[in-house]
Amino acid sequence: MVQSLDTMIETPSQTAGPYVHIGCIPSFAGLPGVYPEDLGLSPIAPGAKGQVITITGAVIDGTGWALRDAMMESWQPDAAGRFAGQDGADPAVSGFCRFAADKDSGLFTLTTVKPGPVPHRSGGVQAPHISLWIVARGINIGLSTRIYFEDEDNSADPLLSRIEQRPRVDTLIAKKTAEGQYRFDIRLQGDNETVFLDI
Amino acid sequence: MKDMTDNGETDAGPLIPRQRHMHPVPYDPEYKTSVPRSPKWPLLSMESTPSEETGPRFGHSLLGPLDNNLILNFSKDGSPAIGERILMHGRVLDENARPVPHTLVEIWQANAGGRYRHVKDNYLAPLDPNFGGCGRTITDAEGRYQFLTIRPGAYPWPNRANDWRPMHIHISVFGHSFGQRLITQMYFEGDPLIDRCPIAATIKERSQLDRLVAPLDMARARPLDFLAYKFDIVLRGRRQTMFENRLEGM
Repeated sequence: MVQSLDTMIETPSQTAGPYVHIGCIPSFAGLPGVYPEDLGLSPIAPGAKGQVITITGAVIDGTGWALRDAMMESWQPDAAGRFAGQDGADPAVSGFCRFAADKDSGLFTLTTVKPGPVPHRSGGVQAPHISLWIVARGINIGLSTRIYFEDEDNSADPLLSRIEQRPRVDTLIAKKTAEGQYRFDIRLQGDNETVFLDI
Repeated sequence: MKDMTDNGETDAGPLIPRQRHMHPVPYDPEYKTSVPRSPKWPLLSMESTPSEETGPRFGHSLLGPLDNNLILNFSKDGSPAIGERILMHGRVLDENARPVPHTLVEIWQANAGGRYRHVKDNYLAPLDPNFGGCGRTITDAEGRYQFLTIRPGAYPWPNRANDWRPMHIHISVFGHSFGQRLITQMYFEGDPLIDRCPIAATIKERSQLDRLVAPLDMARARPLDFLAYKFDIVLRGRRQTMFENRLEGM
C-alpha cells in the first residue's frame, strides 16, 4: 500500500443533449423572459478596438450533414492580445461568445474583433486565434479547436507546428471570403476532419 | 500578464492534462448519434497556453433573484411548478481539492412528466405552464451552489427501440479557465434506469459514473417542504510550478 494522493479526478462529462439551448441560450430556445438576455450574445461592445470581422460556418458530421443543434462558445483576447481582466485589456472586449447553429440551415455566425497574438509559455508567440468549444447531442465530451486566419503569419505558431500531417493544418484556418469576412467549417469526422485539441 | 487565479494563489501553471479514460468514450454504437459525430483521428495533445488558462468571468450582478429557483422562475402568477420539490446543492472544486469560488453554474431539465419546453420535444407528457426548466447561479467564496427545483421525470427517446433516459439534470460549469469548461448530468440515487441508459454507459469506468449519481441528503431536506440531493463537481486543476521558470511577466 502507498499513501493516497490529495488530488481528485475531474467529474466526467456527459453530452449536452438536444436541449442545451434551454439551459444556455433560453431566449434562442423560445423561452424569453427567464433572463434579461442570453449569456454571451456578443464578445465585443461598441467601441472595441481593432478590425471587426464575421466568421460564418457549419458543424458537419461524418455523413456530410450540417448539425442543426450544435452550440458553440468562443474565447479570445482583444486586438492587442490581452484577455479580459488582464492589465491594459480593452474594456469593450469580453472575449466570450455563445452561439448556435441555425435550426434550419445549420449555419453559425460569429461577429467579433480579430484577436492579437498571444505569448506562449515556452517563449515565442501564438499566431492570432480564437478558441472554440463545441457541444451537441452525440458529442459526449465538448470538442475544443481553434480558428486561425489565412491572412495572418501562422508559420511560427507552436500549436500548428505540432501537426504532423501538414494538410490537416488547413482545417484550423479560416478562409477569407471578403474584407472582414471569413468561412470556417468544423468537420467532426470523415474527409478533412478538423483537428481537435486535448489542451 | 496578470495572474488569473483569484484565490490569492500565486501558482498559475498549466492545466492538469485531462484523463480522457475517466470521461465517456466519444464513439459508442449504443448511443447512435455519437457514431457520425465523434472524431475518428486522435486529438492533438498539448500543454495549455494562456488561451486555455484564462476564461470569462461573470459577476453576481448577472443574476436575478429567482434565477436559481426553477419552481418559480417561469411562473406567470406566482404559482409553483408541479412536481416533487427538491434542493440540488453541492460544491465546485478543482483537482487540487480547492473550492472554485464565483463561477457560473447553469442547469436545465425536463419537467416532472419528463417533457422539455423545447420545440423539438413532442413527448406525450404535457408542458407545465409554470415550469421553464432552466436556472443559473454563481458559487460562493467556498465554491457552494444551490438550486430549488422539481425532480425531472424519466422519458423515452429515439435511440434503440425502447430507450429511456433516467431522471437527470444537465449542468454546465465554467471554472476560471476556458480549458476547465464542463457540461455533465446529475442522476438520482436509486434510479433503475441509470444502468439501462446508453448515454450514462458511454462512461466505461464505473466509479466515474457513480460520481454522477447524487445521494439523497436528508440533512439538507426541509421538513414539510423539499428533499435534498447533493452533487459536487470537480473541474480540472492547475499544476503547481514551483521549480519551473515562469514566462516573463506571467
